[in-house]
Amino acid sequence: MRPSALLRRVISGVHWYVRELTDESAYDRYVAHIRKDRPGAEVPSRREFERMRTDQQEKDPRQGFRCC
Amino acid sequence: MRTANARTIVIWTLVALVGASGWTVLALSRGEEVSAAWMVAAALGTYAIAYRFYAKFIAYKVLKVDKTRATPAERLDNGIDFHPTDRRVLLGHHFAAIAGAGPLVGPVLAAQMGYLPGTIWIIVGVIFAGAVQDMVVLFFSTRRDGRSLGQMAREEIGPFGGAAALLAAFAIMIILLGVLALVVVNALAASPWGTFSIAMTIPIALLMGFYLRVLRPGRVAEVSLIGVALLLLALVAGRWVAESSWADTFTLAPSTLVIWLVAYGFIASILPVWMLLAPRDYLSTFMKIGTIVLLALGVVMALPTLKMDAVTDFASRGDGPVFAGSLFPFVFITIACGALSGFHSLISSGTTPKMIQKETQVRMIGYGSMLMESSVAVMALVAASIIDPGLYFAMNAPSGVIGTTVENASQVVGSWGYQISPADLAAAAESVEESTLLSRTGGAPTLAVGVSQIFSEVTGSGLKAFWYHFAIMFEALFILTALDAGTRVGRFMLQDTLGNIYRPFKNVSWKPGLVITSAIVCGLWGYFLWVGVHEPLGGINQLFPIFGISNQLLAAVALAVCTTLLVKSGRLKWAWITGIPLAWDATVTLTASWQKVFSSDPKVGFFKQRQVFQDAIDRGEILPPAKTMDDMHTVVTNSTVDGVLSAVLALLIVVVIVDATRVCVRHIRRPALSTLSEAPYVESKIVAPAGLFPTREEKEEERHAALGTAAPRD
Repeated sequence: MRPSALLRRVISGVHWYVRELTDESAYDRYVAHIRKDRPGAEVPSRREFERMRTDQQEKDPRQGFRCC
Repeated sequence: MRTANARTIVIWTLVALVGASGWTVLALSRGEEVSAAWMVAAALGTYAIAYRFYAKFIAYKVLKVDKTRATPAERLDNGIDFHPTDRRVLLGHHFAAIAGAGPLVGPVLAAQMGYLPGTIWIIVGVIFAGAVQDMVVLFFSTRRDGRSLGQMAREEIGPFGGAAALLAAFAIMIILLGVLALVVVNALAASPWGTFSIAMTIPIALLMGFYLRVLRPGRVAEVSLIGVALLLLALVAGRWVAESSWADTFTLAPSTLVIWLVAYGFIASILPVWMLLAPRDYLSTFMKIGTIVLLALGVVMALPTLKMDAVTDFASRGDGPVFAGSLFPFVFITIACGALSGFHSLISSGTTPKMIQKETQVRMIGYGSMLMESSVAVMALVAASIIDPGLYFAMNAPSGVIGTTVENASQVVGSWGYQISPADLAAAAESVEESTLLSRTGGAPTLAVGVSQIFSEVTGSGLKAFWYHFAIMFEALFILTALDAGTRVGRFMLQDTLGNIYRPFKNVSWKPGLVITSAIVCGLWGYFLWVGVHEPLGGINQLFPIFGISNQLLAAVALAVCTTLLVKSGRLKWAWITGIPLAWDATVTLTASWQKVFSSDPKVGFFKQRQVFQDAIDRGEILPPAKTMDDMHTVVTNSTVDGVLSAVLALLIVVVIVDATRVCVRHIRRPALSTLSEAPYVESKIVAPAGLFPTREEKEEERHAALGTAAPRD
């Protein structure tokens, strides 16, 4: 593999990992999930989706709990 | 039967030799200074062998993980909390969730007995107990749609054992929060630099929360970068503040900090999650992973030498100033996280099982993450052991013992056999720009001194004070996040319980209920924090053992649930996998509880301590380290509370273990009476590797899956 192609692969790999680890990709994943099961269904906007997610954490704080 | 090829045999022989040479040097060298490299070699060599052989054996022979069985993430995929997550991402998530202040603090305190007992327990404990617990809980919870530990205890053991487990978990949460808050108070007291930079994390988090909620929802990576940059700025600015006329504003006494912390905990926990908790969590996760990576690099690059004795005299005499009691059982109590941590079972059940792609990945996620956490504990032990032992004891002994002047401290520490001159003690404080380092108990400041020493060996000593405050900030940051998150979890448990008495409490968004339960939880941990700060005998000295005991007792609950499940699911002949760690853990913790309650040594036994001080009060005497009659009464009250608490916790756990044993015996006698609430088998359609690196067969399978044809079954 050429060095430039390798570098590009490393950068895109890191980008993918950071997006996944921070759950920045959560919205895209959710949209894909809805589209797959119900192609015609209405998809919430990113803003609505992120609100829904924090509201859920509010309801059950055991999600995303951190240890000692 | 599979035969190993020559290359594999050569590689694993070399790994074994590396580990063995590390252990040999650590075990045989006496009196001379040993390089930390040997500790690293012993740890990594042992981890590799345990992961390759023991974890694999448990996964495939005992649990019989099934790659054709769909996990809850696949079956119940809702795109939100249930979704199959790439194993490498989940490893990061799980590790970030289990790693916290625990593995950093415990080993530092345990260094009072020398570096050898701690090293042995961190490494042996993790491979046979801690990592096994995490993996087995993860496996069973995955088979039960991600049920929590409490639910599993109720369903598999019974309502009685389940209720005891729940009550124990609540009590443990409160003690944990009180002790962690105490660590922060001891690290920030009289330190304007630290206090300012930690205070600044609140506006930074609020800003990040606003950004994510209003400006650009969901853009976590960019906002975290902004946050980390601001955080480093706050850290640098802390020095300017400490040198300016504002210094007095940020120089707070411990009792003032207590009020601030409890107020913070209460307000943060009733604010919406998006405002403070979520952004703060991103910040602390970034800092956590970043600092741990830096520390690993620092240790490997600097390879410092260990100054602490391999085994100190306190190990056998049991009269150490950091915590009282002899090596057995107290080393195993003190190094709670890092070797075996009951708290991990709360993460391994619940959150992670809902995201795992394949059952076969429980080895990498459960066992692997715990090995990583253990290596963090080893690094903390290295950091505590490379500083001058005289400084170590001067920092970790309560002021009631060593006094408040460097001259006095030098003399007392010298009488224990560790020489350090008053000038050196003053110079050490000056080099990290703190007014004093005496009696900075709690582990965080000691770790910070060790970390600053390691980092400044790489970056030059000009940055020493910066690195010290960097380390303090990094620990305080995630302890504050834990206070907020932990208060919410405690509140959730309380709402659930009170809901049985008064219905509206069950509705978690009912505002009055929210405020009342939050106040109760903050009041409870705030009480322990207050007690810890005002304890004449030293708060960490008195409370840390209770924290360690409670964490290990929670581990006993988790291991009891695992053992019951192994027996009930027809794996009786393998029940020793978690049964032996359970027996060991129960022996250690119940011995420690027993000593804490019944010991006739007033340094160890709470009731003896109470009696000694009460008798003195009756005679009108004041016993050191108490200075006034009020102090005497404080000691009496605190030792009563601590003693009763130790006894109650131990009783709760005995109830759980006895109930679990009853269920196991009943199952062995009359298997027909048992019920097993496992989710039914559904065939998996996902193809994913089990380990970090896919094997050749797994690559082949993935290629077939991508082409839409079924891979050939073996």
